[in-house]
Amino acid sequence: MTMPPTTAVPARPMTPVPASHAAGEPGQVLLDITGLNAYFGAAHVVRNVSLAFREREVTAIIGPSGCGKSTLLRCLNRMHETVPLARATGRIVFAGQDLYAPEVNPIEVRRHIGMVFQRPTPFPTLSIRDNVAAGLRVLKRGQRPNRAEVDRIVETALRNTALWDEVKDRLHTSAVALSGGQQQRLCIARALANSPRVLLLDEPTASLDPLSTQKVEELVYDLRQRFTVVIVTHNMQQAARVSDRTAFMLDGELVEVAPTHKLFTTPSDPRTEAYVTGRFG
Amino acid sequence: MLRRKIANVVMLGLMWLAAGVVLLPLVLILWRLVSQGASALNWDFFTKMPAPPGGTGGGMANAIVGTLYLLAIASVVGLPVGIGAGIFLAEHRGARLANAVRFLSDVLNGLPSIVVGIFAWQILVRPMHHFSALAGGIALGSMMIPLTARTTEEMIRTVPNSLREAALALGYPNWRTSLSIVARTALPGIVTGALVALARVAGETAPLLFTALGNNFWSVQATQPIDALPLRLYLYATSPYDDWNRQAWAGALVLIGLVLVISLLARHVTRAKFGKAVD
Repeated sequence: MTMPPTTAVPARPMTPVPASHAAGEPGQVLLDITGLNAYFGAAHVVRNVSLAFREREVTAIIGPSGCGKSTLLRCLNRMHETVPLARATGRIVFAGQDLYAPEVNPIEVRRHIGMVFQRPTPFPTLSIRDNVAAGLRVLKRGQRPNRAEVDRIVETALRNTALWDEVKDRLHTSAVALSGGQQQRLCIARALANSPRVLLLDEPTASLDPLSTQKVEELVYDLRQRFTVVIVTHNMQQAARVSDRTAFMLDGELVEVAPTHKLFTTPSDPRTEAYVTGRFG
Repeated sequence: MLRRKIANVVMLGLMWLAAGVVLLPLVLILWRLVSQGASALNWDFFTKMPAPPGGTGGGMANAIVGTLYLLAIASVVGLPVGIGAGIFLAEHRGARLANAVRFLSDVLNGLPSIVVGIFAWQILVRPMHHFSALAGGIALGSMMIPLTARTTEEMIRTVPNSLREAALALGYPNWRTSLSIVARTALPGIVTGALVALARVAGETAPLLFTALGNNFWSVQATQPIDALPLRLYLYATSPYDDWNRQAWAGALVLIGLVLVISLLARHVTRAKFGKAVD
């Protein structure tokens, strides 16, 4: 889906039409943060960050615990504001549209910019199939796909997360019976079923064993062909393995952003160098 | 060393005693009910209408059906409001209005049931000019509201916040998140709470004295007085007739049996919940 330029937007510019994934050229800026500040009450957790995410690239955000990387991520799909007393200022432009403009509906932002959390969160009352289709159930009547379309979308999402062969014979059983790693890939599939253009991953392997972690990392590596991915991780090896670009944050500030190999081999800021060489954090 | 062991034995003994004291009244009551009431408990008791004063035989068919009828009205009135209020309380944890509602609901919960009865008489029976099943059901239902509101709130609070966030991140509006995901996940607990509230009001007598009144005849009309087990029990137990006294014991046994069935149902639903817990 192409966004109209900001000046000519109608009242509700973010329509929940599934995005076409070939909307932009790889490397083109899709999501652009300018002067972002985020707060929890009086605590200033993201300080004046400006950062661009590019179409069909994986950007990793690294930094020590409490540096504001998760909060930054949660500002991108307007999840930050769902926490009491949380607020954010600054501009985040997604495909030409300011996400914090007053006419923008955060619900629609979240359909375009999907998110997966640290711990797997399958809905315990829904089957595997219905978990993947969960986002489709809340579409408005005219936009809701029919049963056959839902089945197709579910299958595609499960294939894209390499889960299809593991679960195709028990699609109607409870999702909480899956292993932790499978549950996390199910959550990624659930986000993909909404056809987002951007996928935000908040330490997606923090609660997984090494083998499951490897599967999720391979998945992230593959996803870049169709999606723009932002992954927050405190695991530097992971950032090095899966990302094209890496941003390093410290105490709420963005210290440095560079192509991943450059950031890890020849960082330009001494603080980055100290962190990636393991001198702190 | 010895002191410690003695203290241990003494304290353990006291706790066993306390546990025994908890069980004792229930055992005594049940034993008394069965020994006194079982003889009057027969097929007629469930299928026949009450015998005229002084007569023998007959049953409590109208009272049993009346109690079920009143509980149905009470559920229709009390559960939607109670569960809705509970969801509201859980979703607006810190809000001033929620705190006020929670406090008032606790006050309502502690209200003597006779006061509920007088209130229902004042606002329903007087304007309608006669006693009715509807007034009785509404009186019982209003007693169920604070009970279900608090249990619903507690049950919803056990749903991890991560599920709420996951739904919001998929583009669920707030109300759909609350209902389709959070309340749905807590549903077994909510149902259990509703059943416990139902069991609690099933034996209430005072609110019915001013509202449902009781009825010697068969009636399933909402606008007419209706009989109920606790009312018939009260009438029979205080009567001078031996046969009625015996039937009062049997009625008490049936009432306790009803409460027991509802409680067992509640336990069953709770177990179903923990059979497929989240984590």
